[in-house]
Amino acid sequence: MMEQLWLIPALPLAGFVVNGVLGRRVSKAVVHTVAIGTVALSFLWVLKTLSALMPLETAHVERYGTWIASGSLEFALEFAVDRLTAVMLLVVTGVGLVIHIYSVGYMAHEGGYYRFFAFLNLFMFFMLTLVLANNFLLLFVGWEGVGLCSYLLIGFYFLRRSATTAGNKAFIVNRIGDFGFSLAMFLMVVTFGSLDFAKVFPAVEKMPVEAAAGVVTAICLLLFVGATGKSAQIPLYVWLPDAMEGPTPVSALIHAATMVTAGVYMIARSWPLFTHAPLAMDVVATIGLLTALVAATIGMTQFDIKKVFAYSTVSQLGYMILGVGVGAFGAGIFHLVTHAFFKALLFLGSGSVIHALSGEQDLRKMGGLRKHTPITFVTLVCAGVAIAGVPPFSGFFSKDEILLAAHHHHPWMYWIGALTAGITAFYVFRAIFLCFFGEYRGEGRPHESPPSMTIPLIVLAALSLGGGFLPVPHFLDPVFPAMEGQHESALVFVSVALGLAGIGVAAWFYVLRPGLADRVAASLGGLYRLVYNKYFVDEIYWAAVVRPVVGGSRTLLWRVMDAGVIDGIVNGIGGRARDAGRLVRLLQSGNIRSYATWVLLGSVFAIIGMGLAGGLR
Amino acid sequence: MDTFLFLIFAAIAVGCGVIVVSQRHPIHSAISLIGVMGSLAVLYLLLGAEFIAATQVLVYAGAVMVLFLFVIMLLNAGVEPPGGKSWPVRLLGIPLLVVLLGVVSFLIRGWIPVKETVVFGSFTGGGPRDVGGALFTEYLLPFEIVSVLILVAILGAVVLGGKEID
Amino acid sequence: MAGVPLAWYLILSAILFALGIAGFLFRRNLITMFMSIELMLNAVNLSFVAFSYKFGRVDGQIFTFFVMVVAAAEAAVGLAIILAVFRTRKTLAVDEIDSLKY
Repeated sequence: MMEQLWLIPALPLAGFVVNGVLGRRVSKAVVHTVAIGTVALSFLWVLKTLSALMPLETAHVERYGTWIASGSLEFALEFAVDRLTAVMLLVVTGVGLVIHIYSVGYMAHEGGYYRFFAFLNLFMFFMLTLVLANNFLLLFVGWEGVGLCSYLLIGFYFLRRSATTAGNKAFIVNRIGDFGFSLAMFLMVVTFGSLDFAKVFPAVEKMPVEAAAGVVTAICLLLFVGATGKSAQIPLYVWLPDAMEGPTPVSALIHAATMVTAGVYMIARSWPLFTHAPLAMDVVATIGLLTALVAATIGMTQFDIKKVFAYSTVSQLGYMILGVGVGAFGAGIFHLVTHAFFKALLFLGSGSVIHALSGEQDLRKMGGLRKHTPITFVTLVCAGVAIAGVPPFSGFFSKDEILLAAHHHHPWMYWIGALTAGITAFYVFRAIFLCFFGEYRGEGRPHESPPSMTIPLIVLAALSLGGGFLPVPHFLDPVFPAMEGQHESALVFVSVALGLAGIGVAAWFYVLRPGLADRVAASLGGLYRLVYNKYFVDEIYWAAVVRPVVGGSRTLLWRVMDAGVIDGIVNGIGGRARDAGRLVRLLQSGNIRSYATWVLLGSVFAIIGMGLAGGLR
Repeated sequence: MDTFLFLIFAAIAVGCGVIVVSQRHPIHSAISLIGVMGSLAVLYLLLGAEFIAATQVLVYAGAVMVLFLFVIMLLNAGVEPPGGKSWPVRLLGIPLLVVLLGVVSFLIRGWIPVKETVVFGSFTGGGPRDVGGALFTEYLLPFEIVSVLILVAILGAVVLGGKEID
Repeated sequence: MAGVPLAWYLILSAILFALGIAGFLFRRNLITMFMSIELMLNAVNLSFVAFSYKFGRVDGQIFTFFVMVVAAAEAAVGLAIILAVFRTRKTLAVDEIDSLKY
């Protein structure tokens, strides 16, 4: 029974082609109608497909043909839907649709309208391919494709140098991760002879534990290297904050809700591998936890509203990675879903603020905006309480599940996670208070955004508030291995209390006692500066990696290899040819007697040759 | 007697050849060239080529050399000025000639045994009858083609030497 | 039976040919060079006739005959060319006639 799954990614692709080819010539209305229309159709097709396939106890696979056949290796063009994919499909197309609608208002006054929507559609295509893929290679196609779209959209304002360098940074840092992913695939081909989910996973199950440990751990760690790149984990998270150079809907869709969660999805998808590699799982969980904490602390000190939320994204991705790392795959995906709602909302809300202030992003130049942009304010508070884990809103449920699983794994993980939750609440509400309370500190007249922007905000706010009641973990139970563990209500109270405390501290610092924050920052001195400058990670990378590479390329590859060896060979050939020509030109004197001498020379040689060969006999 | 005649006329031929090459004035060279051709005619006779010997005197020594002399006098060509511009000739000329002569002599010595001699009168197939017979039977086509060649040469000479070409 | 070795004729031919080459190389007068060519042709004719004797066939002499005819035609055309060259160049010195290199 075919459900025509291919239509799901193909529709946005059609939108991309139409807008890419014709977009320059048609009006903005046509452009966004095509773009939104294709995504909406895709969303509807997802709904139709899923309702037809329910209850979806086992995966539904559709094969469209053989992609690559080489000897015993065969890679199929196969799409598959199971419950995990279903959740991802709904998130990607649903949030994607909302953000597409929002973009109409946000991008109304920007140049390159059709280009923006074309890239956005292309992104949808690749993301849906990634999600639907039934083997690692096809997943990798989507994986690379979303990376490409991310690069294109970060550098959307390509006249701005910072935007293009940010795009390059994202692309190059992701290459490191993709390198790990590629190696993981090679290793899988060597070990299992296939990249099909349906072949690899059962093969792992059948492998004896001792034999599996080494190679499976290696595969998992390499896959995780890929995930650290795409999902912005330590040590490769540095590209995501810079990626905020792109338009805000891009930050919301690609760099908060969907693409960056691809790493989480990929790990969750490969859970049979990871569960056979406990060491890799520990690494994953530790890195995730560390990322969550580090990014959250940086988020506390930033003044660019989008940077705050960017570090928040890194931090929340750390939570998801922690979740899948401790084996709570369902909880990780659940957090992925709720995060897609409230983080998209945070970004879209910040975009609405930025739009209202005609491009201002500095929190120090905002303030008091709740009177001017009430809808934005309310929806952002909804997102805030969701991310802060205030019950009964969405973040509470998903984060709590992860933290409980972490506690079950290692109690210290729970405590760091809970601390991070408190910090999260603090920095989100710090941003909200700085933005909407107090006196207005900027110039220009703020204005509320158009309905095409506020309606998506409201939709997402509703989802952020109520998303916790979606039965996602329960829905995913058949997909993932069961988590044993008891529910400890005391721990729930701790994390909730820490979240509320964070909100309270933020209110105290930025609403009740303005200026206190600066004094605290000043009293902390060096520590504050360390965090404010993001632990100097960018500078360390610059000194340790970028400069040696660039310097080495400049001196060794450029000056020595390219200019010296390669140009030397090319120019040398040309030069020697010229020298030879100069030499041979001496023969071409125009003097008949000289020519006659050369003829004689040749004749003598010919005669000697004939004599030696005895040819006249 | 054969040897005597050969040596005399060979000496005349080589001597006149040396003069042809060594003289700076074209008239001297031309006169000496007639001497070379005349002595060669004698050597042809010694080899039994009577018709060719006659033709040599008539065509070469007579017609061709007279043409040369006319042109020399027409152009009033004088003694050539000293000095030349060709370094390859100065550098390679003499060595190459020596090598050529040495190699060719060596090859001739190798190929033709010394005891194979030429005796006057032992070959009688070189009379006009014999040559004419071969020319108008076996070599008729080349003969006719050569007549066309001569016609073309006459026309060419007339065109080139006639009117001034602008 | 005393006779002249055939090789002597051929070596005489080689000597005359080499003299012709020498004249062509070392003389700088167009007409003298042209005469050197005639000298070379004569040297070749001598070896043709000598081989005609060696093989007892008349063919070598026929070749000599053709060479003579061609030489006559060549002399006519060549001298006409020399005339033409002299008319435009006002010189017979070959070293001055080197426009071929351009």
